[in-house]
Amino acid sequence: MDERLILESIERYIRGEMLPEERKFFEELRKSNPGIDQMVVEHTVFLHLMEKYGDRKNIRSSLQGVHNELFETGQIKQTRETKVLRLWLKYRKVVAVAASIAGITALAISSITSYYTPRTPNTQLQDLNRKYSMLVQGQKSINERLNNKIAVKTTVETEIKGGTGFMIDPKGYIVTNAHVIGNSTVVIVQNNKGQEFSTRIVYINAAADLAFLKIVDSSFKAPAVLPYAINKGNIELGEAIFTLGYPRDEIVYGEGYLSAKTGYRGDSLTCQIAVAANPGNSGGPVLDKNGEVIGVLSNRQEHVQGAVFAIRSKNIFIALDDMKKDSSLISKTDSSLTSIHLPQTSTVKNLDRVQQIKKIQEFIYLVKSY
Amino acid sequence: MTTDSNEQTLLKGLADNDRKAIETIYRAHYSMVQTLVINNSGTSDDARDIFQEAIIVLYEKAKSGSFELHAQLKTYIYAVCRRLWLKKLAVYKRFSGDLANASETIATEDDLEMYEHRTEDFELMEQALQHLGEPCKELLESYYIRKKNMSEIAKEFGYTNADNAKNQKYKCLMRLKKIFFGHYNNNNNL
Repeated sequence: MDERLILESIERYIRGEMLPEERKFFEELRKSNPGIDQMVVEHTVFLHLMEKYGDRKNIRSSLQGVHNELFETGQIKQTRETKVLRLWLKYRKVVAVAASIAGITALAISSITSYYTPRTPNTQLQDLNRKYSMLVQGQKSINERLNNKIAVKTTVETEIKGGTGFMIDPKGYIVTNAHVIGNSTVVIVQNNKGQEFSTRIVYINAAADLAFLKIVDSSFKAPAVLPYAINKGNIELGEAIFTLGYPRDEIVYGEGYLSAKTGYRGDSLTCQIAVAANPGNSGGPVLDKNGEVIGVLSNRQEHVQGAVFAIRSKNIFIALDDMKKDSSLISKTDSSLTSIHLPQTSTVKNLDRVQQIKKIQEFIYLVKSY
Repeated sequence: MTTDSNEQTLLKGLADNDRKAIETIYRAHYSMVQTLVINNSGTSDDARDIFQEAIIVLYEKAKSGSFELHAQLKTYIYAVCRRLWLKKLAVYKRFSGDLANASETIATEDDLEMYEHRTEDFELMEQALQHLGEPCKELLESYYIRKKNMSEIAKEFGYTNADNAKNQKYKCLMRLKKIFFGHYNNNNNL
């Protein structure tokens, strides 16, 4: 008998699968051979432990199955946690002291560094607007054929900048990057169906690199609501994000994650995301999984893979407030400026990604500035 | 007070890993445990873990043939969860002292000691199997846990016949036993 056969016999013996005569023979063998007896004892323990291991594995998976089912069908409800509150009550003094120390230190350090650091031009940042120069010839002939009133006059030498913008108010207000507009005076936007609308430049905030446009075109029909929201609060590292933009004349979807809470050289106005972005993506929205805009894609670091920066969405709120305060703007333009309301609730929260994009894409525009 | 006949049926169902029984217990007692854990600085994930551990304690107790709890199921689960959570909190260092609105009701030390002992064995076996690697792990689990017969296993794992599969199983088993008993005896000597 080789080892394997002995072990198999032992297993059958332990399980009580032996016929009476065989069993008798085996028990004799066990008595006369202490080696085999030892093996029987050891294997009994082992099989028992194996059995217990299997049992616990099975009950665990049953429990988890029941748990998930009861939660999904709503037969058990989750209670909200009070942990944060408790921790806060317990540690608020410590937190206050720590925060003030941290605040003072941070202020001191940042003032020292900003005092001693020479101003560096942002040469390593590449704005993601695209240059249309080489496309102009083609564009011109198409425009002529369509008998469009604007842009026919453009000559080959004129540089047309392109980028992305998205609607922030159903009245026709669109936000994009200031660098997409540059010094242009004529800006045309085009939606994903190819319809073009002429716009008026409402306000440019070069410091925040944000620009606001308003569609002034009789063919524009204002939607009732926007499907996405503009996020005002915090963002989390590693959060999944997606972008929609026009690096070409077709809308392009990109997926990635938030890779740093600050932007190029610690710039706190912006954040860093890892996503494929190309010239033309500038001004496009960066959305989280709930369909909330968390940023405006703006530029990328040259010669560095995957370092793309986006202006944090709260800056849209700030820029908008600045704009509303600028009374000269309001008198010069129309009064609807004061009633811009950024969308606060996303209606695409629980949809899958394809449905989200379907709802969102018509509010993302290709911005062309002449 | 001893367990009433309804609860005994429930425990027997639990011992057989019966889904209906588990669901009934879950529906009747989960909220209570959730409230206990969350009111004492826990999260809903903690609540789930604690509750499931308590049910495993109950399951292993029932499986060993004791359906008599000397208390109502509710009281028993509560007492076990309370103990388990106190222990977790001590590990997390989140807390010292007693739980709010949760006093000791019945003694459960023996059952928990048994549970911990079994947890050690379980983890040892789990580690040994992990260490063993595929396809040995899968092969042994198919045979010893999912109770498949050797010809089924031979087909599933692509062995030409049951005898080849048996040979492979034997080799895997010897390796596993070596790893397992190496740690097991060490552990028990300590």
